[in-house]
Amino acid sequence: MAISKICGIETEYGIAAFGEFEGNPVGASSLLVNVYATAQYRSRTDWDFEDETPGSDARGFLRQGSMAPLVETHLVNAVLTNGARLYVDHAHPEYSSPECSSALEAVVWDRAGEVIVTKATELANEFLGPRGKIICYKNNSDRKGNSYGCHENYLMDRSVPFPKIIQELVPFFISRQIIAGAGKVGQENSGNSDVEFQISQRADFFEEVVGLETTIKRPIINTRDEPHAHSDRYRRLHVIIGDANMSETSTFLKLGTTAFALAMIEDSKSPKHDRTPKSPIEALRRVSQDPTLSYKIEMADGSKLSALDLQEEWLSCAVEYFERYGGEAVGGDESASQIIRSWERVLGGLRRDILTLSKELDWVAKYALFSAYKDRHGLTWDSPKLAAMDLQFHDLREEKSLAKRVGFKSLVTSEQVLSAEKDPPLTTRAYFRGMCLKKWPEAIVSANWDSLLFDLGEESLQRVPMLDPLKGTEKMVGTLLKECNEPRELLDKLGA
Amino acid sequence: MTERELKKKHVEKKDTQSTSEQTTEAAVNTERTDKLKAEMDDLLDEIDEVLEDNAEEFVRNYVQKGGQ
Repeated sequence: MAISKICGIETEYGIAAFGEFEGNPVGASSLLVNVYATAQYRSRTDWDFEDETPGSDARGFLRQGSMAPLVETHLVNAVLTNGARLYVDHAHPEYSSPECSSALEAVVWDRAGEVIVTKATELANEFLGPRGKIICYKNNSDRKGNSYGCHENYLMDRSVPFPKIIQELVPFFISRQIIAGAGKVGQENSGNSDVEFQISQRADFFEEVVGLETTIKRPIINTRDEPHAHSDRYRRLHVIIGDANMSETSTFLKLGTTAFALAMIEDSKSPKHDRTPKSPIEALRRVSQDPTLSYKIEMADGSKLSALDLQEEWLSCAVEYFERYGGEAVGGDESASQIIRSWERVLGGLRRDILTLSKELDWVAKYALFSAYKDRHGLTWDSPKLAAMDLQFHDLREEKSLAKRVGFKSLVTSEQVLSAEKDPPLTTRAYFRGMCLKKWPEAIVSANWDSLLFDLGEESLQRVPMLDPLKGTEKMVGTLLKECNEPRELLDKLGA
Repeated sequence: MTERELKKKHVEKKDTQSTSEQTTEAAVNTERTDKLKAEMDDLLDEIDEVLEDNAEEFVRNYVQKGGQ
């Protein structure tokens, strides 16, 4: 039986700085993280790099000479009381959500990330005053060939052979764009230059099928093997091909359908036919470049199917899987049935008339809005106005964002999102991390995904390992945490 | 009334019914399309107001360092 698809989303935000930090995105991003962390804590809790090995490869080897995380991350990090990590990665502010146990939870803590980055930006701008200004965007490209990611992570059973995951996920990810794409005007690689509008922000930047890289020669399947958990039992599948989504439905289905696909792969209940495309990279791009959804991918066995055909195959397997095994692996029956209903409705809409989804899917909303704007003003797709709208769609500021104006359907309430800025999910180890940070911020010197390091003024620091993402939940430690007034008491009871 | 006539009448009735259903459905569709069009017109007006002043310069200045 498949294990719970604990999941999370890491988003690198685009950042534009004017005045003091102009041309210095690292400085601007550091300021954002620092002002927010300072506002949340008096003394900042640092991230602990003890167990980080981004050069470790799922295929079974450690890459020589991979950069130490300290160099990659510029030392600006904070762990938040909601269990998330806010830091500077490359030259961007990045929010890594806490571990969630369902797609809907992931939506709540992803939206909380938008609130956090928005507040951080406002605080930074207050600090800068007339000296400068910072604006953040939740997108994946600057339209000039520079891309930054929105990654997903899923807990998997280590015993599933990696080649099986690769073979089944490649066609799944190629076709998933039609649900989860954030849309883009034009294209950004040397290929087909007459692309007017495409479904995905990221498809232009993928050059390999499988690999360890994330910043160059990006692969459809990333092999980074850094489980942040018991490595004999678990794998953390690191998915780098997704777009950063503005629409809650897009985020929800991106996570929900992928969690289903992975559970089915784990239980050998995924679609029976081998749907390996003849040229996966070409297929990825051609699907993205065809908003009519009519492009048929040529498979290695000579058959031809559209992205929609592939998604319908996965959906019908998911329906059978749910009937047979229930929804345990994807956050419970209610969560599973919500994913299936939404997946069915969206694929039905894409099959009949994409415009019926203009308040649900990012790329469709963009396509409908931009087409109407273009027609009203007699523009062509290469107009700078449309390029500007393409960026401004993702602006985090309420008064500027175009995404906030298209009337996207909400799946979660603003109360849920606002509490998630401060509170962790109840259903994973993020609960333990977040609640300890809320209760005893001054006693925790550092934290990472799988441990907390306490300084109780004793001779040695105390590390509390959290190697199982399914443990440390509210159900398991809620009472214990409530009962303990001092961190020493907690450690005694935990036997540390 | 013969059985044949009955059948014919039934078919005729069904036809009228389905035509009237179609008409209602078409009316609802037109209404929905009109509503969507009106909404889109309002949205386009609003966008003209919030769109960055100099689109060309705004797009040119938005340069990011690559990330993951």
